[in-house]
Amino acid sequence: MGEWWTTVPIGTSMGNYDISSISHVTMSPLRQNNLVSMYSSLPLSKSSYNVISAFCTEDNIPQCISYMNQELASLGLSSTCIEASSPGGAGLSTVPALNAMYELLQIHRRNMGTLEELEKEQLKKSSSMEHMQMNNSRLKDQLELSIREKSGLHETERQLQLKIKTLQSCLKTEKEEVQKLQSIISSRASQYSHDAKRKERETAKLKERLGQLLVDRKDKKLAIDVLNCLGRSDGKRSHWKTAKATASHEGEMYKSLLSDYEASQRALMLENAELKKVLQQMKKEMMHILSPRQLSTRGATADDSQDQADSDGEEKAGNSSRETLDQSCEHAREQLTNSIRQQWRKLRNHMEKLDSQVQNQLESNKEVIPRETHEDEMERMRHEVQQCKEFIHAQQQLLQQQLNTSFDDETAALLNDCYTLEEKERLKEEWRLFEEQKRNFERERKNFTEAAIRLGREKKAFQEDRASWLKNQFLNMTPFTDLPYQSVSLFLNLRKNASKCLPQKQDFSVVMGTEHNLNDDNALQSSGSQPFT
Amino acid sequence: MNFSEVFKQSNQLCKVSPDGKYLATCVQYRLVVRDVSTLQILQLYTCLDQISHMDWASDSLFILCAMYKRGLVQVWSLEQPDWHCKIDEGSIGLLSSRWSPDGRHVLNTTEFHLRITVWSLCTKAVSYIKYPKACQKGIDFSRDGCYMALAERRDCKDYVSVFVCDDWHLLRHFETETQDLAGLEWSPNGCVLAVWDSCLEYKVLLYSLDGRLLSTYSAYEWSLGIKSVTWCPSSQFLAIGSYDEKVRILNHITWKKVTQFEHPATINNTKAVVYKEVERRPAVGSDDLSLHNITIGTTLFNTQSKYEICPLPVQLPVVKPDPDRANPKIGVSTLAFSSDSRYLATKNDNMASVVWVWDMQKMSLEAVLEQTSAVRCFQWDPQRPRLALCTGNTKLYLWSPAGCVSVQVPTEGGFQVQSLNWHCSGDSLILLGKEQLCLCYMDTDQEDKFFRTSVQVAGMFLF
Repeated sequence: MGEWWTTVPIGTSMGNYDISSISHVTMSPLRQNNLVSMYSSLPLSKSSYNVISAFCTEDNIPQCISYMNQELASLGLSSTCIEASSPGGAGLSTVPALNAMYELLQIHRRNMGTLEELEKEQLKKSSSMEHMQMNNSRLKDQLELSIREKSGLHETERQLQLKIKTLQSCLKTEKEEVQKLQSIISSRASQYSHDAKRKERETAKLKERLGQLLVDRKDKKLAIDVLNCLGRSDGKRSHWKTAKATASHEGEMYKSLLSDYEASQRALMLENAELKKVLQQMKKEMMHILSPRQLSTRGATADDSQDQADSDGEEKAGNSSRETLDQSCEHAREQLTNSIRQQWRKLRNHMEKLDSQVQNQLESNKEVIPRETHEDEMERMRHEVQQCKEFIHAQQQLLQQQLNTSFDDETAALLNDCYTLEEKERLKEEWRLFEEQKRNFERERKNFTEAAIRLGREKKAFQEDRASWLKNQFLNMTPFTDLPYQSVSLFLNLRKNASKCLPQKQDFSVVMGTEHNLNDDNALQSSGSQPFT
Repeated sequence: MNFSEVFKQSNQLCKVSPDGKYLATCVQYRLVVRDVSTLQILQLYTCLDQISHMDWASDSLFILCAMYKRGLVQVWSLEQPDWHCKIDEGSIGLLSSRWSPDGRHVLNTTEFHLRITVWSLCTKAVSYIKYPKACQKGIDFSRDGCYMALAERRDCKDYVSVFVCDDWHLLRHFETETQDLAGLEWSPNGCVLAVWDSCLEYKVLLYSLDGRLLSTYSAYEWSLGIKSVTWCPSSQFLAIGSYDEKVRILNHITWKKVTQFEHPATINNTKAVVYKEVERRPAVGSDDLSLHNITIGTTLFNTQSKYEICPLPVQLPVVKPDPDRANPKIGVSTLAFSSDSRYLATKNDNMASVVWVWDMQKMSLEAVLEQTSAVRCFQWDPQRPRLALCTGNTKLYLWSPAGCVSVQVPTEGGFQVQSLNWHCSGDSLILLGKEQLCLCYMDTDQEDKFFRTSVQVAGMFLF
């Protein structure tokens, strides 16, 4: 791909050779496009011819020439320069022009050649790229396929491994069994061989003995040698063997057998009776346990209680009938076991229900108050109730007392009255005292104010006095320093004393001004300085 | 507890008469009869050869002595010492000999189990029983002495014949469904006969007295089966000990398994008491080996032992048997019910030093006794629930629900207790050593006190 720099003069105006207006057209990768562009450029060239003719006119020949020379120089064809045939003329010297044209054609041809080559090259490259892309996609597909295959193989491998494991365990168990059987076989075989050997030894001995006997010929007869015959152990005489004896033996045998069977049957009967008793008791107790609970719980257990009632009725009937019936009757036994089973089932259901209830309670803990706090609350409330009761009781008692102490209505009224009277009197007394004190206060306040006014006047007088004294003093002061130090010091002392006095006075007034109170009056009175009275 | 002095005996032949008054012992070819309480020799009989077997008749008046090598049986009378009786089996040889329940017939099993010869001492008559089976326990008499059950084998099939002991009349004869009958036993009430197969097949068949098959029980197949069977004295239970180290209890009403008792090597999670015998060896100073010390060395080597209660879990010593040998030392080989049917004592062969006591009322383990060496013999007291056991050392061990005690047999020269027998009254025990015997008298008046004191002495604390 190359970039073409083509100068296409935009404007058709004569004087506007805008070299700067350059546009570059990028070459399309396809040759066709190129050709199209080439072809398209042809009419363009045709049109551009018009433009070219527009480029050079009769008037601007030398400019064109110079421009052409510039362009040729820039292209590297400095050798051929276009000259005007005649200066200022409208002609062109043919030779350089033709040379220039030839050069240009050569350049053009070269360019075309390189273009062709480039195009070829590009085609090759594009085809190779296509090829590569195809390869790439093919390889990708292949890769995917092989990955899938691999996972599939993995899967089969895993299954086969599993199978191997199970088969191995089977093999192990089979081996163990085989070993066990082998050990059994070996022990049996050793036992057989041992027995066989023993028998063989015995037959050998037998044969030997037989041989010995045959050789010996002296047959030692078996004999018994008893001093005298003994009597039978039971003292009776021996009997002949007769059929009756045989029969009696048989009879004896059967008798002993029968007696044994009877004994065992008796024992079994006793056991049976015991067990039945136990079962009955169990049944009764179970019924007893179930029935009061059933009556107390409502709602969901209604049908249960009905069942209970039904079975109860049935049981009662059964009971009464059973008492009359033989205990060992099959029917009775069945009935008993069935009823026991039923009761047990009910008991079990009940227990399960209770269990689930407890579970539910444990789960929904927030709604239900825990037991301890409930109990605490109860306790507290009971205590409160107790207290209230006591209080009420006490109140009642007092009230009673009150009521009791009043003898009759009149006296009560009188008494009431007199109580109020007493109170009134007391109140009056207190009012009087109050008034008195108020008057006292007023008086003292008045005194206060008067004293204050007087004090003020006196203060003013004193101030005037002081001022006049000071004036006098100052006027009396001589400029001659006969006794300078002494008189100055004296003066200073006097001044000091005066200044000392003043703050006292001021204090006094301040004291008088700020604090008011009876206390101060008293204090003043007690201290002896009685400026007022 | 008093111990008598030691007497000589041979062949472990020492039996107390059924009435409990006399004690008969065999010393080589002599038969010595003593009084049980005083142990004074009352009678002395001399037999023709070394006595192989000796037994009392049921009325305690006669004693039979069998000499298997010579094929002779001699019967002695206690009342008339000069009365004699000699039974010669001739060339056919003698394998075993026993009394009949009435005490007047002698049953001799000839060599190779060819036949059983029934000798009558009353009539001197002879009867034969053919085809007796050679098995662990082929003959059994019912407790009341009326019937005898005999295992027979004809044409490779097992049969049982029931005889009336009165006149040896064949009452019943029936085939059993066993492969190879190993033993049979009457129930104590005499109405049921338990028949069991050899160890190659676990099968117990229960027949009624009249020969009807009542029930069959088989716990498992193929592995080695039954090792021992015993009836409970009240006939309520049948205990079957097998090679899989378990005891299965069948009940007499349904003949189905009520429970099974297992003998695991590790005991935990049980309310049973585990007693462990602990030995205390007295310290022997190595410098002090003077002659004086060596002479009294036997007492030095008599280690003291006592029982300790072990806290759970307890690990028991197990000895794995040789898998290639026949009759492997594994499984419950010894079962014994106490006389009141309350307890069952068992021993598992691969834990040979452990005795397990089970409570039949609760159907659970009551106590476990772990000894220092293999238990040789244990037996219940005929009168009360007391178990005596011995392990081949010089001690006697007693267990009762109150506790457990180990008693040293105070004899010089070390008396190794190999087996023991209770006297029928439960007052004394006969301890048999290799060549000696010793009687141990229990103090019955202060029995409980004894146990209490012995418990304290033995240093145990019961909760």
